[in-house]
Amino acid sequence: MKIHEYQAKRILHESGVRVPRGVVADSPQAAAGGFDELGGPLAVVKAQIHAGGRGKGTILEHPEQRGVQLVRSAGEAAEVAARILGQTLVTVQTGPAGRRVRHVLVEEGCQVARELYLAIAVDRAAARPVVIASSRGGMDIEKVAAENPGLVFREPFDPDAGLMPYQVRKLAQKLALAGPAARAADGFMRALGRVFAGNDCSLVEVNPLVVTADGELLALDAKISFDDNALFRHPDLAALRDLSEEDPAEARASETGLSYVKLAGNIGCLVNGAGLAMSTMDLVKLHGGEPANFLDVGGGANVDQVTEAFRILLEDGDVNAVLVNIFGGIMRCTTIAEAILAAYRSVGFRAPLVVRLEGTEVDQGRRMLAESGLDIIAAEGLTDAAVKVVAAAGG
Amino acid sequence: MSILVDKNTRVLCQGITGHAGGFHTRQCIAYGTRVVGGVTPGKGGTSAEGVPVFDTVAEAVEKTGAEATMIFVPPAFAADAILEAADAGIRTIVAVTEGVPVLDMVRVAAVLARGRARLIGPNCPGVITPEECKIGIMPGYIHKAGPIGVLSRSGTLTYEAVWQLTRIGLGQSTCVGLGGDPIVGSSFVDLLELFEADPQTEGVLLIGEIGGTAEEQAAAFIAGGFSKPVAAFIAGRTAPPGKRMGHAGAIISAGKGTAADKLAALAKAGIELAESPAEMGAAMQRALARAAMREQRDGRVG
Repeated sequence: MKIHEYQAKRILHESGVRVPRGVVADSPQAAAGGFDELGGPLAVVKAQIHAGGRGKGTILEHPEQRGVQLVRSAGEAAEVAARILGQTLVTVQTGPAGRRVRHVLVEEGCQVARELYLAIAVDRAAARPVVIASSRGGMDIEKVAAENPGLVFREPFDPDAGLMPYQVRKLAQKLALAGPAARAADGFMRALGRVFAGNDCSLVEVNPLVVTADGELLALDAKISFDDNALFRHPDLAALRDLSEEDPAEARASETGLSYVKLAGNIGCLVNGAGLAMSTMDLVKLHGGEPANFLDVGGGANVDQVTEAFRILLEDGDVNAVLVNIFGGIMRCTTIAEAILAAYRSVGFRAPLVVRLEGTEVDQGRRMLAESGLDIIAAEGLTDAAVKVVAAAGG
Repeated sequence: MSILVDKNTRVLCQGITGHAGGFHTRQCIAYGTRVVGGVTPGKGGTSAEGVPVFDTVAEAVEKTGAEATMIFVPPAFAADAILEAADAGIRTIVAVTEGVPVLDMVRVAAVLARGRARLIGPNCPGVITPEECKIGIMPGYIHKAGPIGVLSRSGTLTYEAVWQLTRIGLGQSTCVGLGGDPIVGSSFVDLLELFEADPQTEGVLLIGEIGGTAEEQAAAFIAGGFSKPVAAFIAGRTAPPGKRMGHAGAIISAGKGTAADKLAALAKAGIELAESPAEMGAAMQRALARAAMREQRDGRVG
């Protein structure tokens, strides 16, 4: 689960990580009030959406307006906020549709001496959290890792022991931090480690981490995401979820226990199991089609889930054929066939439907579909299913 | 022979009194698995599915001699259940539970690294040695005893692969679902080592997917001297980049983790690749045929 920058900074601040002073605003008046409250000669107005690239992103309705802007008066803060709030911000990460901006963060400025990169994630192979640091801050870290792997440093640590002082000293040395900045690194980095372990984060990223002119460390930008599987033990964090930031169809799917990801093609896919669902997309592509989505109905697909899945697929205007691929294991094909028939009838199918069933009681399941009198195209095997659905989609 | 489990393996179910635990214990017993007991704290002294229930794994091991366990407890209790099993001396722990917090698995992995227990999963279908012992949720009847080891990060995709093998007459020695979570107890490499030492296993079918570097590590291990033919399929060639992986998650693998990278690493290691999920069984057949030809040729030369 992702949260907004202002929420992440609040968590960091409460844990002893230094962040710029800031005020969240949902109206131009509040943005002006925020500027006055901060009391400085300048401030930064930052659009709050769950996507990166905001500084280079533009407002769809006001193409000259970026998602992040420096302002020098309360009036200017209000003007900028008026052009951003309620409008659509398009960045490299949002896709062309962009995201509606509901809040801006008005933040004090600072004297930047250096920009660094600092993040904590889980290293899967090492089965430990790892600090990732780079002397190249403010840039796309994947690009730095690809072009200058020698400038990216990693320090794995134990989540319960925490990041140790010697580990911070190692990182500080590699980042060429000296004097007060090296001393500040100890408190900053170890607090960041506590935030990660204490909140079951999947990612804490500070980019850039700024070394100020007076040798302090400051989290100028911050991104936090949490392990969805651990939210049950953090009700306070779960409450930070912003449903308006999520794809409505993907959010609806997850409520029904479906896992759905929208893609660019025209062939809707409904599959049981994540691996088989991914493979089905690959199969469609291999036979010249374009999958419209990833959709895993889980191991025990029931009538309600299949019905909701069909609704979600058919509401996607791009979809002009649907492929159901089910390997019935413990779940019998007859049960699946019943669910498909009931869902087909209640949804009002507008596109050709190809069904491939395999597994327990497959013959009876196929017979049920064939004898239903409904316009369902039966497939024998994976390849046949792919060929038939690609043909049905007119591709 | 086989790996991990066979007809003599005595198996416990942790969470046997829950819906899924009870259902799958019945299925496993029906398949022929020697289930000797169950564990549910607070329900010791009762029985379920025809076997005694104990309060602790330690007591269950003492009274039944269990060597393996399958875990169906809710995700919040999975780490505790895994470590309890390891502490009680269980050697093969199969965690079916889906949704275990990642940091719980970090802690579990650190403890298990110091001991002798082997964890399969979590978030996995389990382990089956066909016609002998099924520990998990896979449909038993699609399997057939034979020479092929199967390793996979997936559930239904594994059933698909096994079904293809069975239908072309290639039975399986042991099939292991490694689990779909970022941190799992056993890797492809861990189990390839066991298959190398197992005389029944004549070839291995490996089913991977995008994310992490487990397949690349398997490819390096195989290139470094795995003696048996291997075929592989990777799911997710069409998966959009960055949809699941966080920004810094992608950097750990330093450009690795895509299907293309994995396929390239496997091809370089001389592994027979299935282009389509419909061809997994056929790819295994090709790998065996190629190895047989090589053996014949080398035999003639030597």
